[in-house]
Amino acid sequence: MSSNKKYWKSVEELNENSSIVETLQQNEFVQEIPTDEFLGDKSSLENSSTSRRDFLKYVGFSTAAASLAACEGPVKKSIPYVVQPDRIVPGVANYYATTIADGYDFASVLIKTREGRPIKVENNNLAASNGDANARVHASVLSLYDNSRLQGPKKAGEDISWDVLDKEVGAKLNSLGGKQIVLLTQTFASPSTSKLITEFKAKYQNVKHVVYDAVSQSEALDAYQVMYGERALADYDFEKVNTIVSVAADFLGDWQGGGYDSGYAKGRIPKNGKMSKHIQFESNMSLTGANADKRIPVTPSQQKQVLAALYTYVTGSGSKSSLGADLDAEVVKVAKQIQKAGSNAVVVTGLQDADAQLVVLAINKEIQSKAFNESTPRTIRQGDAKAVAQLVKDMNAGRVGGLLIAGVNPMYTLPNASEFKTGLEKVDVSVAFSMHSDETASECNYIATTPYYLESWGDVELKKGSYSLIQPTIQPLFDTRQFQETLLKWTGNSATYHDYIKSAWTGILGGTSWNQALHDGVLVKPSLPKQGLVEALETPEGDVPTSVDAAAAPVTQGPNLGAAARRLSNAKSNGLELVLYTKTALGDGQQANNPWLQEMPDPITRASWDNYLTVSKADAEQLGLTNENVSNGALNGSYAKVTVDGIEVVAPVIIQPGQAKGSVGLALGYGKSKGFKEEMKVGVNAYPLYKNHNAVQNVSVAAAEGVHEFACVQLHNTLMGRGDIVKETTLEIFNTKDKHDWNAIPEVSKNHIEYEVTSPEVDLWDEFDRSVGHHFNLSVDLNACTGCGACVIACHAENNVPVVGKSEIRRSRDMHWLRIDRYYSSQDSFESDNEKKDNIAGLGSSLSEFSEMENPSDNPQVVFQPVMCQHCNHAPCETVCPVAATSHGRQGQNHMAYNRCVGTRYCGNNCPYKVRRFNWFLYNNNDEFDYNMNNDLGRMVLNPDVVVRSRGVMEKCSMCIQMTQKTILDAKREGRPVKDGEFQTACSAACSSGAMVFGDINDKDSKVAKLKEDDRMYHLLEHVGTKPNVMYHTKVRNTTEA
Amino acid sequence: MKQVKHRNSASKILILGTVFLFTFFNPVFGQDEVAADAVVATEASSGGDVAKGEELFKSLCAACHKRYKKMTGPALFGVADKYEREWLYSWIKNSAAMIASGDAQAVAIFEEYNKTAMNAFPQLTNTDIDNILAYVMVPKAEPVAAAGGAVAGGETDGSGISANVLLAILALVFLMLMVVLFLVNNTLRRFAEANNIELPDSESKTPIWKAFVQNQFLVLVTAILLLLASGYFVYGYFMQVGVDQGYAPIQPIHYSHKIHAGDNKIECKYCHSSARVSKTSGIPSLNVCMNCHKSISEVADATATAEHSKEFYDGEIQKLYKAVGWDEETQKYTGETEPVKWVRIHNLPDFAYFNHSQHVSVAGVECQKCHGPVEEMEVMYQHAPLTMGWCINCHRETNVKVADNKYYEKIHKELSKKYGVDQLTAAQMGGLECGKCHY
Repeated sequence: MSSNKKYWKSVEELNENSSIVETLQQNEFVQEIPTDEFLGDKSSLENSSTSRRDFLKYVGFSTAAASLAACEGPVKKSIPYVVQPDRIVPGVANYYATTIADGYDFASVLIKTREGRPIKVENNNLAASNGDANARVHASVLSLYDNSRLQGPKKAGEDISWDVLDKEVGAKLNSLGGKQIVLLTQTFASPSTSKLITEFKAKYQNVKHVVYDAVSQSEALDAYQVMYGERALADYDFEKVNTIVSVAADFLGDWQGGGYDSGYAKGRIPKNGKMSKHIQFESNMSLTGANADKRIPVTPSQQKQVLAALYTYVTGSGSKSSLGADLDAEVVKVAKQIQKAGSNAVVVTGLQDADAQLVVLAINKEIQSKAFNESTPRTIRQGDAKAVAQLVKDMNAGRVGGLLIAGVNPMYTLPNASEFKTGLEKVDVSVAFSMHSDETASECNYIATTPYYLESWGDVELKKGSYSLIQPTIQPLFDTRQFQETLLKWTGNSATYHDYIKSAWTGILGGTSWNQALHDGVLVKPSLPKQGLVEALETPEGDVPTSVDAAAAPVTQGPNLGAAARRLSNAKSNGLELVLYTKTALGDGQQANNPWLQEMPDPITRASWDNYLTVSKADAEQLGLTNENVSNGALNGSYAKVTVDGIEVVAPVIIQPGQAKGSVGLALGYGKSKGFKEEMKVGVNAYPLYKNHNAVQNVSVAAAEGVHEFACVQLHNTLMGRGDIVKETTLEIFNTKDKHDWNAIPEVSKNHIEYEVTSPEVDLWDEFDRSVGHHFNLSVDLNACTGCGACVIACHAENNVPVVGKSEIRRSRDMHWLRIDRYYSSQDSFESDNEKKDNIAGLGSSLSEFSEMENPSDNPQVVFQPVMCQHCNHAPCETVCPVAATSHGRQGQNHMAYNRCVGTRYCGNNCPYKVRRFNWFLYNNNDEFDYNMNNDLGRMVLNPDVVVRSRGVMEKCSMCIQMTQKTILDAKREGRPVKDGEFQTACSAACSSGAMVFGDINDKDSKVAKLKEDDRMYHLLEHVGTKPNVMYHTKVRNTTEA
Repeated sequence: MKQVKHRNSASKILILGTVFLFTFFNPVFGQDEVAADAVVATEASSGGDVAKGEELFKSLCAACHKRYKKMTGPALFGVADKYEREWLYSWIKNSAAMIASGDAQAVAIFEEYNKTAMNAFPQLTNTDIDNILAYVMVPKAEPVAAAGGAVAGGETDGSGISANVLLAILALVFLMLMVVLFLVNNTLRRFAEANNIELPDSESKTPIWKAFVQNQFLVLVTAILLLLASGYFVYGYFMQVGVDQGYAPIQPIHYSHKIHAGDNKIECKYCHSSARVSKTSGIPSLNVCMNCHKSISEVADATATAEHSKEFYDGEIQKLYKAVGWDEETQKYTGETEPVKWVRIHNLPDFAYFNHSQHVSVAGVECQKCHGPVEEMEVMYQHAPLTMGWCINCHRETNVKVADNKYYEKIHKELSKKYGVDQLTAAQMGGLECGKCHY
C-alpha cells in the first residue's frame, strides 16, 4: 500500500539537521569495531600466544570432536512403575471430572491426564450449567506447574513443619481472650465447607466468617435478597429469549461468574429466518458489546438514566426520563422492542448499584422473562463488601485476635490495602492459606501452603440444586494441605476431607452413588429443600447486608422501586468516569503468573502482556493522548495519570473505538508485585482505584511523561471494505434476498466468460481425489463466535505452542497457531465500508479515502474471526517449499514435517492467510524465554503426543492431526466406523458456543457436511483459489427495529 | 613377534597337558557323585517312587512349596522325619479338617504360616503321597554342580587351546619348509658357482609402479575407482550415524528374553501388555514380574548355561526382590522399593510418532517382525535399524489387515477399486504421508 506517511523512531529523526541521525544512518555499528587497533599493533600480535595456525588447529579439532561426539547417541533410561496403578497405561490418557472453584472462575471440567500428569482441560458435557471452560479455566492446568509456588508451610519466611504450625496456631487461637477470630475467605459455594465452618465456629467462640470477592457483586446480591429473600445472583438462560437488552452487563465475559455464552450463541444462529436481537448500552467496548446487534455507547451515569427510563417505559410507572432527546428516542425504541417480545425479552445490568439491579429484576418480573429462573439462583458469588469494610475497621480497632485468610489476596485487591496492613499488624495471629508468598501471605505470621484445585478434594454448589465435585487429578506436588483439611484438624476432627465430603453428601446424593457422582463430576437435584444454601450463606452477625438506601426495606413490604428509579434518573457525573473491568485473559488476576494467559491477546484491543487505559478518540484528543505505530509496525502509546480521590495510577493509553465519550476504562488484575516471576510483572494495579468496591469512579485524567511500548498482535484495525475476508449481512437481506446478493462467490473471466472461482474450468491445478476415506473440514460460524479466546488457549495446551514474551510479540513473532482477528468498520457498518470502497474513483480519491478507512468509526461494528491454517486443497505453501517439508494428506490436512524443514520461510511468505509461524529461537530450555518450558515443573504440561519444535523451523496448525489419528485408531481397534462428532480438534472441542464444528465431509450425514452446503458458507479469500478446508459462515446482524 | 608367539604357545601346551589330564580323570569323579546321590535317594524313598513323586510335586505342590526353601508353605525336605506318616496322609488330604478338629501340630503350622490354609488334596492316594514324600526327602546335591561347572569350563578352554596349537604346529612346519627351501636354494647356487654355470641376470625392466604411473589411463581409472569407493564408504559412514542397530546395553538386571520368551514360551504381550492399547509397548512394572517370581526365587539347574551359572541367575532374581522390596523370609513386601533404571534400547526421535497398538492390535504384526528373534536373545539388542527407509519399505510391502474390521469396510472397497488391486498396502492406505508419523 503506498502511503506518504513518514515513520520515525525518535523525535530526533524529525530534526533534519541532526548530526546524530546522519551518523546513525550511515553507520551500521554505533561503535567502531576495533579491528585496526588489534591487527595494526604488531607487537601485540606477536606477543599473542595463539598464532593463526594454532587458531585453525583448535577450530579444526573442536569441530571434528564436536561432530564425532554428536554421532554418539545419549543413553536414555526408562523407569517403569514398581507397582503400576490399575487404570494407568503409559501412553493412554485418563480423564477425571472435577471442578474449578477459585472464587472467580467456577466450571465443571474434565482433566486429561497422561501418566498421572494433568495436561489439558476439557469441557464437561454432562454439566448442565457451567460445564464450559473459558480461556482462564483452560489455562489453569499450567498454573498447577507454576514453579513460584510455595513448597511447604512457612512461618515468617522460614520453613516449618505442619505439626509445629498446628501446635503454635492452635495455642494462639485458644488464648485470644475474647477477641474475634475471623475467617476471611473467597466464595467457596461449598456445602461441606459451610458445614465445616459452622463446626469451627462451635469449637472456637466468637468466630466470624467474612466472604470476600475481589471483584465485587455485593450490590447485585443485596438487590436479589431484597427482591427474593435470598442472597444469590439471578440466573438467566439467554437461549430462551429473542430480545436481549444489556446495560453494561458483560455477560459474554465475567459478569456474574460468566458461562452464559453457549446459551446466547445458540440464539444467535439464524434458524428459520429468526435470530435473537441484542442491544447493549455500555461505556467500555466489551466482548458483549462487540457481539451486539446494536451497541449504544453511554457513560455509566447515563446508563443509570437509561435504566430508569426503560423502567418507566416498560412498566408504565416511574419518573420521567431525564435523558437527552437522541438517547431517549433510542430507549423508547428499545422499550417498544421489549414490550413487543414480552416474556421473550430479558434485561440485564452489570452496574454494581443496588437500585440498578432492583430495577432490572423488576422489569424482568414485569415482563415475566422466560430467561430468568427464580428457582435456581447462582451461588458462586457470596462476597459482602460491607462486611469486608467492617473487618478492616475491626482489625484497626484491635478487636480481631485471629485472622485466617483463605483464597483471597486482600493486600493486592483491596483498595484500602494500607489500612488492611496496619490492621493486620494489630492482629495477634494471622494465617494465610495460599499457594504463593503473595502480597497478603508475605505479611501474615504463618503461611499454611495450600494445594491447587487439581490436587484437592472439594464440592461446589454452582447454582441452587446443581452440585459439582472436585477431585484430585495428581498427587500433591508439594508438602501442602488444603484449607478444609486444616480446619478439620483444628476442630479436632480426625476424618480426612474426602471422608468428610462423603458424609456431608449423603443427603445430597439421594439415589445416586458416590462413585457415579464422582465419575460425572456433576449432580443436579432440582427439588432440594430450601436449606443447604441459606445455611451455607450464614450472614455475618450484626451486619445483615442491608442496602445503603431505602430500597432495603424488609422483604415482606417489597422494595420501593419508584424511589430506586428516581435515584437512578438523577445520576450525575462530574468529569470523566472510570469503568474498571476485567479482561478475558486475566480476570481478577489470580492467574497473573500464567504465561499462556499473559500472552493471550485481548479480544478487543489485541494487546497482550498489558493493561491500559481505554480512552475515546475525542477525549484523547482533548487530553493530548496519542497512539502511534512505529516503523516496525509496533504500537506505542502515551501514559496518562489517573486520579481518584488523591490516589494516582499511571497507565498507558489505548485509544479505543467505541469507548463512550466521557468515560475511560482500566482493567483489574494486573500489576501484581509479589510471589511470582519478574517476566510476569506487567501492567498496573488498578485495585487502588476500586473504591468501595465500585467499578465506576469519577476520575481526572492527565497526560503523563513517557511512551509505552505495547505488544499488540493486530495493527490494522478496520476491514477497509475487504468483504472477502469477513462477509456480513443483515437479517432482513438474509431472509429476503438470494444468496448471490449477500454471499456471492467471486468470479473470474476466461475467454470473456465469467466463471465462479470454484469452477474446475478456471482451476490451474489438477484436483486430487478426496472422495475416499475421511476428508476433514472445520467450520467457523461468525454468528456464534463470541471471540472469547478459549480456543486459543486450548490450542496452546494441546499443541505445545511456546510462549515468546512481550518483546517478541512486539516484533510480530507471536507463535499462536490460532488467532482471533478482530475487525472494526470504518463507517457505521461493514456494509457502508464496502460501499465506500466500491465508490472510490481515481487515484486521488483512493489515497484520501483509503487513509480515512484506516480509522475505525466512533462506534464501530465489530467482527471476530478465528483464523488458523486453512488447510488449502491447493496450498500455496506446499509448492514453494524447496525440501517438501510441507505436503498434503488425503484426509485434507496440510502436513508439516518439522524434521524436514530447513527454515527458508518461503511457505510463510506465500501463505495468503499468514498463519505460519517461524521459530526464531529455541523457546524451550532457554533462559532467555523463562516461561513454562524453561523448568522441569512447567514442562510437565507438555502434550507427549506432539513434538516440541526447535529453532529455525516453521510451524502451524496441524488441524490436530494427533487427535484425528487417535480417533481413527480407536475405531480401527474396536473394528467400527467413526461416528459423527467423534472427530474433534482442540479448538472445536473447546468452543462452548458451538461456533466451531469439526468433522468428516465425506460422511454425508455429518453436521459439518451439512454446514458446508449452508447458504451462509464461504471460504476465506475465495478468489485466490486455494480451496481451503476451513469454512466460515457469513455473519448476520439482526438490525430489524420494533 | 614370532618368538613371543612361540613362547606363548609353548606355555599353552603345558597348560593343555594338565587340562588333558584333568579331563580324562574328572568324569569318573562326577559319575561317582551322581551314583552316591542315587543311593541316598533310594534309601530315603522307603518304598516311594522318586520319579512319580517329582511329577506330582511339580503339578500340585510347587506353587506353594519348595524342597529346600521356605515359600508360601514350609520347605518340605525332612518333613517325613518330622511328622508321623499317618498324620501326613490326613494333613495333605484335608488340612482344614485337622485344624478344625484342633490337632495341636496342625494348628501350630497354621499359625506359623499366617493362617494361610493349604489346599485339600483328597484325590491323592497314600501311595501318591509316599511318592511325593520320597521325592521331597531327596537331599540337596550342591557341591557337585559347582565342581562339574568348573570342569566344563576347563574343557572348553582346552578345545580353544588345541586349535591354537594346531595352527602353531602348522606355522612351524611352514617355517621349517621355508628354511629347507632356502638352504636347498643356497646349496644349488653354490653348485652352480662351482660348475661355472652362468646364472641368467634378471633383466632390468621398468618397475611395475613406474609403468603404472606412466599409463595415464590406468591412473585415471584408479583415481575414479578410489573416489567412488571412498564416496561409498563416507556415505555409508554418515548413513549409520544415529542408527543403533545391534545396540545391546548392559542392563541393571540381567533379564534374559531367551529364558522367558524362548524356553518358557511366555507371550510377549503378557508382560508388554500396553502394546495392545497404547503407543508404547511399556516396560513391565515390577508387580508383573512378581506374578511369577513370587514363587520362582531361583532358576532350575537346567537353566544355567556355559556363559551364566545358576548362581548368576539367582543373583539377578535377588536384584528384582530388592527392587520390588520383597522379603523372601517372611514372604511379604517390605514397602522399600528401588525402581529399576532400565537402559532404553529402541529410541525413536521425538519427531517420529509410532504407535504400538496400531501395529500390534490393528495390523496384527508379530513383535518379532521389528524386534527380531527376541526369544533367542540372552541379552536384548536392537534388531531393526529403525530408520525411516526401513519403516517405509514395510509400509510399501505389507497389506492392510482389513478382514473383520468394519472400519476398513467402505474405504477398502473404494480404494482397492481405485487402485485396481485386491489387497491394499499400508502405503496405498495413506501410510506414506508425512503427517501420519510426523506431528
